[in-house]
Amino acid sequence: MYNEKVMEVFRNPQHMGEVENYNAIGTVGNETCGDIMQITMRINEDDIIEDAKFKTFGCAAAVATSSTATGMIIGKSVDEALKLTNKEVVTELEGLPPQKIHCSVLAEDAIRVAIDDYRKRKNG
Amino acid sequence: MKSIYLDHAATTPLSEKAFEAMKPYFSDIFGNANSQHVYGRDAAKAVSDARQTIAECIGAKPSEIYFTSCGTEADNWAVKGIAAQLKDKGRHIITSVIEHPAIYTTCKQLEKYGYEVTYLPVDGEGFVSVESLEDAIRPDTILVSIMFANNEIGTIQPIKELCEVAHKHGVLFHTDAVQATGAIRYDVKDLGVDMLSMSAHKFYGPKGMGALYVRNGMRIEKLLTGGEQERAHRGGTTNVSGAVGMAVALKDAVDNIEKDAAYVGGLRDDFVNKVLARIDEIYYNGAKDTSRRLYNNANFSFRYIEGESILFSLDLAGISASSGSACSSGSLEPSRTLLSIGVPVGTAHGSIRFTFGKRNTSEDVDYTVDELVRTVEKLRAMSPLYKKQA
Repeated sequence: MYNEKVMEVFRNPQHMGEVENYNAIGTVGNETCGDIMQITMRINEDDIIEDAKFKTFGCAAAVATSSTATGMIIGKSVDEALKLTNKEVVTELEGLPPQKIHCSVLAEDAIRVAIDDYRKRKNG
Repeated sequence: MKSIYLDHAATTPLSEKAFEAMKPYFSDIFGNANSQHVYGRDAAKAVSDARQTIAECIGAKPSEIYFTSCGTEADNWAVKGIAAQLKDKGRHIITSVIEHPAIYTTCKQLEKYGYEVTYLPVDGEGFVSVESLEDAIRPDTILVSIMFANNEIGTIQPIKELCEVAHKHGVLFHTDAVQATGAIRYDVKDLGVDMLSMSAHKFYGPKGMGALYVRNGMRIEKLLTGGEQERAHRGGTTNVSGAVGMAVALKDAVDNIEKDAAYVGGLRDDFVNKVLARIDEIYYNGAKDTSRRLYNNANFSFRYIEGESILFSLDLAGISASSGSACSSGSLEPSRTLLSIGVPVGTAHGSIRFTFGKRNTSEDVDYTVDELVRTVEKLRAMSPLYKKQA
């Protein structure tokens, strides 16, 4: 069902866990739907994402997209990170089965919620 | 890489004995069992012998066994056949909430055509109560269909008692014995059921072969209209090799039922004990009393993690099991059976069924337990829901 790339990312997910002293956190999804993703970030004064880590409850596609999306935003500015779409994440993974595309939206949403959180903290 | 098959409730490998017995019927003895010439007669003889064997295995008469293309067809025939046959008597059917889709969706379909269906609840271990059945029977009830043993959690229903209640009220009783046949020794006359479905590939027979037992003296409308096959009850060219393979496999299963139950049940018990000892925060779903549970079945819900990722991690380690979880089926609904026994929705997502078979070994058990422990630890470390106990 999954391609080699997705299987490899699921087998060895990167950026897994929680960033120490994070200043942005976003959690989306719910247990009833079977998908939850949490992303934590440390964003510096120039609005650059220095580090990001994820935790995910979900299927292999949810784990693979979480890992890949998290990797794609590290080193980027928050404005750039907000432009990341689930389509780009799916492309990076060289495709997902059609019924799993909805899982990739989770990461896009979690990043948006985390950056909202960061901006709220910053602007008090 | 290791390859351990723990999904015997999904299907079993064809036994060597059945395979050998079937071979001539693909080539030399290829006739249509309904033809009048020698080719037909040879095929008809094989079908008749197979019917005799299957009947003996379950305490029926050969004239009470009808071959079908699968267990699902047998289930559809029993429910729709009685619905059509008795439509002027009543339009109420009783079944349970944990039936296989072959019964459940068939009942749902009948609801669209004006039938009323009562879905009996089950208790925390998956048992239907005799009292709830008695309460549900109405003057217009025409059929009760309750599965013999559940495919997901292995719970074995008190079929004889349930059947007695139905008969006390003059209602016909069907049981889906797809998981039970070959695993539980039964006699249809002792059970008292009017109809019973079975499927060959669940007991090391071929896929694409099922049967419906219909008690002599009963009338049932056809599902497949066509030629005069199966004594004009089921149209369609008889699957001769399938019938032969089914009979050989069932006889073998029934002859060795106690031996297989002891061996496979021993593996299952060992597995369950080891898993419960090494992994915390899990539920063992289904009947705790092993005498009321299929000997091959183990079903766990692992809290804080999701079934498909567990299944997939095991698959990468060479272990083939099955998930009752939503993601694997493409829907967001977790298993109806698990929800019915009270497993919370979130936890139901993290459920895995392991079903053991004759070819499994104690090494398979130990390897699977080790991999499962590793997988659960890894996925919990990744889960935003899991807070490690200090």
